[in-house]
Amino acid sequence: MGRTGPVVEAEGLHKRYGETAALDGLDLVVHEGSVTALIGPNGAGKTTAVRVLTTLLRPDGGRATVDGFDVVRDGSAVRARIGLVGQSTSVDEVLGGRQNLVMFGRLHHLSRRDARARADELLARFGLAEAGGKAISTYSGGMRRRLDLAASLIRAPRVLFLDEPTTGLDPAGRSEVWGAVRSLVAEGTTVLLTTQYLEEVDQLAHAVHLVDHGRVVAEGSPDDLKSRIGGDRIDVVVEAPDDVPAAAVAVGRATGAEIEVVPDDRRVSAPVTDRMTALAAVVTALRDADVPAEDITVRRPTLDEVFLHLTAHQEVPA
Amino acid sequence: MTATTASSNAGATATPHAGPTAPGAGSTVTDGPAPASGSTLRWAIADTATIAGRTLRHWARQPGVFALNLLFPVFTLVMFGYLFGGAMTVPGGGDYREFLVPGVLGLSVLFGIEATVLGVVTDASKGVTDRLRSLPMSGTAVVAGRAVADMISATLGLAALVLAGLAVGWRWHEGTGQVAAALGLFLLLRFAFVWVGIYLGLVLKTPEAAMVVQILVWPLGFVSSGFTSPEDMPGWLGAIAEWNPVSSTITAARELFGNPGVAQGGSWIAENAQLMAIVWPLVLVAVFLPLAARRYRDLRR
Repeated sequence: MGRTGPVVEAEGLHKRYGETAALDGLDLVVHEGSVTALIGPNGAGKTTAVRVLTTLLRPDGGRATVDGFDVVRDGSAVRARIGLVGQSTSVDEVLGGRQNLVMFGRLHHLSRRDARARADELLARFGLAEAGGKAISTYSGGMRRRLDLAASLIRAPRVLFLDEPTTGLDPAGRSEVWGAVRSLVAEGTTVLLTTQYLEEVDQLAHAVHLVDHGRVVAEGSPDDLKSRIGGDRIDVVVEAPDDVPAAAVAVGRATGAEIEVVPDDRRVSAPVTDRMTALAAVVTALRDADVPAEDITVRRPTLDEVFLHLTAHQEVPA
Repeated sequence: MTATTASSNAGATATPHAGPTAPGAGSTVTDGPAPASGSTLRWAIADTATIAGRTLRHWARQPGVFALNLLFPVFTLVMFGYLFGGAMTVPGGGDYREFLVPGVLGLSVLFGIEATVLGVVTDASKGVTDRLRSLPMSGTAVVAGRAVADMISATLGLAALVLAGLAVGWRWHEGTGQVAAALGLFLLLRFAFVWVGIYLGLVLKTPEAAMVVQILVWPLGFVSSGFTSPEDMPGWLGAIAEWNPVSSTITAARELFGNPGVAQGGSWIAENAQLMAIVWPLVLVAVFLPLAARRYRDLRR
């Protein structure tokens, strides 16, 4: 699926609650066919941004369009083009899965027959056909979330908004949801998701916007962001705690870089420029020093490291 | 309100919808937004019916809960009629159960506020309201559907109570026109309480906060002409009871049913119960419907 023009564009969004600026000049572009993630700490403004883009909230300033329609002036046109999965399961708990989907189909103005057909189709697709008659209150967390997703796809939305889609789910539920999202993306659905889990970004997203204090402080692909804090690192974990100083010397000599030592983990770590050369040099240096290593890895920094790095260095303008 | 103009926007015009499609349907994924065919009003009515139908489906899925809601006022009737009935005297004389039935009808109408408030706060706290607000449906229908469902529920509740009343010996002594008018007054009051309830639900937001309403309806129900005559209460309490909107409807219903307990030569408010049984609900609607509508719009703030 080729990625083309922007489906969501936001410029300088502002939203204030009393003294707190929930959004403080947030800019955002979501390209067609992409999965764009908004990551950031609690209260960073991710959910507020989604609520503005889905017309649930009116911004105090700035402008935003979805599929070319202004979220404030053309709210109903925007609502006709989006799907939203909110933070909590937002389906009717008393009704069954099928009843929910038929109801949402009717509210999307499908005929009764089409609404029923669509409900069955979506239930089958999300592996809920058997549970379709049961009340949502009997569903597992992952099932609820999948039904939530199904309810957001009654009509093919131009953009699917997922606000923390896996928060509160166990690992099994999480991978269920990831699988469902991945297959939607494979078919070309554009997704904007918010998350606190960097693993989720690694799993799903093409583009990442790091949000802090109501605006985007860094953006790029997950790889771009990882490169920002100095590229690859080599980690050496030694078998014996007593070997850590010797390993530190060996790794320092081999890489010629400033090393980081974590004695508790028996780990020595250093930034590297060329992966293969560094790996060979470190292995040789350790053998020469007669330090047995338990594990040697060359890796990209994790998004957690990027995240901490970028938010810690964020300056707050006066 | 802006939220009512779903699908009316020219920009939302789409080609006629050719059946359900979406990602995953594997075929015509090109399908666009919801159609804007037909008038906004037509969709508002259709959406209202869908939202109201949701509550009716709740009853079908939880018949026990539904039956309990119908039976609660019946229990009240039986309890007051048989347990306390012997100790109660009806002002001006007459059978206590004949006096009691209009009172319990009024009480059930008042307690209906709880159901409305609880429905609104549950949807808000579970994110259902937000999901509905993100759909290309009529915004008015979200609240109007609730109102319709609650009115259907109230009608069934009144019917159950009337049957129970007949079973315990209550009778009306006037023509069917008057009886229909009396029941109509109860429904009118319930309609007013629907808007009070929707407003309170939107203000209170959480089921925990909504407990306040569940507590406050009790004094409101009992400080009325429902179970005892305000004339027998201490002066200040009697005055509050007489000016309680529920009392006007109950007293008016007693007059229309030909049931005992209608004070002669009482205060102005008691003398004009039938008038006030219309005025009170209209005033409540005039105040709370705009407040509720505004509160709903302000969810976007």
